[in-house]
Amino acid sequence: MPPESVNPTLSWNVARDLGEVLEYHFMINALLAGSIVAVMAGLVGWVMVLRRQAFAGHTLSMMAFPGASGAALVGVPAAWGYFAFCGAGALAIGRFSGRGPGSPSEQGARIGAVQAAALALGFLFVSLYGGVLGDLESLLFGNILAISDGQVLALAAVALAVLAALCTLARPLLFASVDPEVASARGVRVSRLSGGFLLLLGAAVAATSQITGPLLVFALLVAPPAAAQLITARPAVSLVLTVLLGLLIVWLGMGIAYYSVYPAGFFISAIAFAVYLLARVSVALQGRRAGARAAEARTLEALA
Amino acid sequence: MLSHEFMRNALLAGSFVALACGVCGWFVVLRGQVFAGDALSHVAFPGALAAAAAGIDQRVGLFVATVAVGAGIGLLGRGVLVARGGGAGGSTPADDTAIGIVFTFILGLGLFFLTLFSIGSAGGAGIQAAHTLFGSIFGLGAGEARLAAVIGFAIVVLVVLIGRPLMFATLAPDVAAARGVPTRLLGVGFLALVGVVAAEATQAVGALLLLGLLAAPAAAAHRLTGDPLAGIALAGLLAVLSMVVGLVLAYTVPWLPPSTAVIAVAIAIYGLSALRS
Repeated sequence: MPPESVNPTLSWNVARDLGEVLEYHFMINALLAGSIVAVMAGLVGWVMVLRRQAFAGHTLSMMAFPGASGAALVGVPAAWGYFAFCGAGALAIGRFSGRGPGSPSEQGARIGAVQAAALALGFLFVSLYGGVLGDLESLLFGNILAISDGQVLALAAVALAVLAALCTLARPLLFASVDPEVASARGVRVSRLSGGFLLLLGAAVAATSQITGPLLVFALLVAPPAAAQLITARPAVSLVLTVLLGLLIVWLGMGIAYYSVYPAGFFISAIAFAVYLLARVSVALQGRRAGARAAEARTLEALA
Repeated sequence: MLSHEFMRNALLAGSFVALACGVCGWFVVLRGQVFAGDALSHVAFPGALAAAAAGIDQRVGLFVATVAVGAGIGLLGRGVLVARGGGAGGSTPADDTAIGIVFTFILGLGLFFLTLFSIGSAGGAGIQAAHTLFGSIFGLGAGEARLAAVIGFAIVVLVVLIGRPLMFATLAPDVAAARGVPTRLLGVGFLALVGVVAAEATQAVGALLLLGLLAAPAAAAHRLTGDPLAGIALAGLLAVLSMVVGLVLAYTVPWLPPSTAVIAVAIAIYGLSALRS
């Protein structure tokens, strides 16, 4: 995975190995970008898992396809397309899923319809563009080793903005997520908050897509918060745990990928899966079969 | 238009795959499993790549992957479905978290196999084969089209056969279980069937069409009628209508890709149904 000139071998001297890894500018950028994204995706994902909007999050990540192909068609950087379409997708999901009657099951169908429409647009853009759309593999799975200094700065700026907005919205948002009816009776604008959160989610997904590729965003967006919420019921502890798990997944994944021919995305998603599995198994082993559900109830209670 | 063989093949395969998607979709929407259906369309590609890596027929890998993941999601979700005690939704969004993590891992495996091929001595042969496997609907041969039609028809027959108990198990799981309906077997079996639809749809008409045809016509049918039989028939009909009108549109408008046209018609129908009710 590193460039041809690099021929890394793992020795027993950890400090020396670490020094060697950090000698490469591209590795520093990759670690910086990965860490920024891990923190942002973990915190936004924590709320997403709490709100049970994994399907909406996945649909937003699919916006990368029309985003990238649309950007190629117009001739602007792919990242612009990501952000534009993730924003538009968030608005569409918020608009169509918040309105009208319809059971929760139909809301899933509406999100599915939004995703199908986005993919159809992507196909249209590709066929209008006519050419070959760059490197398909790095479009789908990201290319963490090609992060420029400018991209790191841009990611940091997006992360700061998203986290600042999330902190501002945190209290009413959690209230509305935990008990929408009571919140709305107390004058919280539930549907507006939900739309706002979808926009934040869209921004986080677009930024994460640059690192893991749109297909693997869930490795950082869902796995760490889902594992943390299984392990502990206390919101503060579980938030800290989410961030720590996210950083662990990214650093381990990149570290292994550095010494391997296989791409970081594979290791990151595999470690994320392992972390989630471990969390589930440990919860089950503790003989707290109902623990997950009770813990969730306690989380909700503590938040409300 | 019908004098072109590719068009006849596309209409034949497309109609039956659409019919299967519409009929299955009615239950998928009722059970709140659209995300599960979507996840199945994503695991098709890693499945085919894994089969190529193991040196067996890619079609086998594709079907095994989607059916296995479908049954797996069914097994995971079953407990929750019963625990909820009724309600229209079969899967709670807690399942969605698990579904998301599992299919992300499988996509990561897909990336692994992709790299395995690109560095292996086999070169890009495996990837090439996998790409040709995921054909376009206008590129179907007569044999493939007939096979797709037969599979689509068989799925519709199977869904209709398990329709009554499945409906019972979805709407009143506790009562159904008490009356001796094998609810867990039905749930797993149904998602395995959706897995077959996903495998057939991805290789015959493209993964994109699966999600659109699963969600939009069925959601429109749920809006337009509360009667199950009429709803199932309407969902199948609307899906076939989207497919045929979309294909004709794509044939007439040169710059319009067929999958975009089909999805556009399906979404337009759903939009109209939402306006009407």
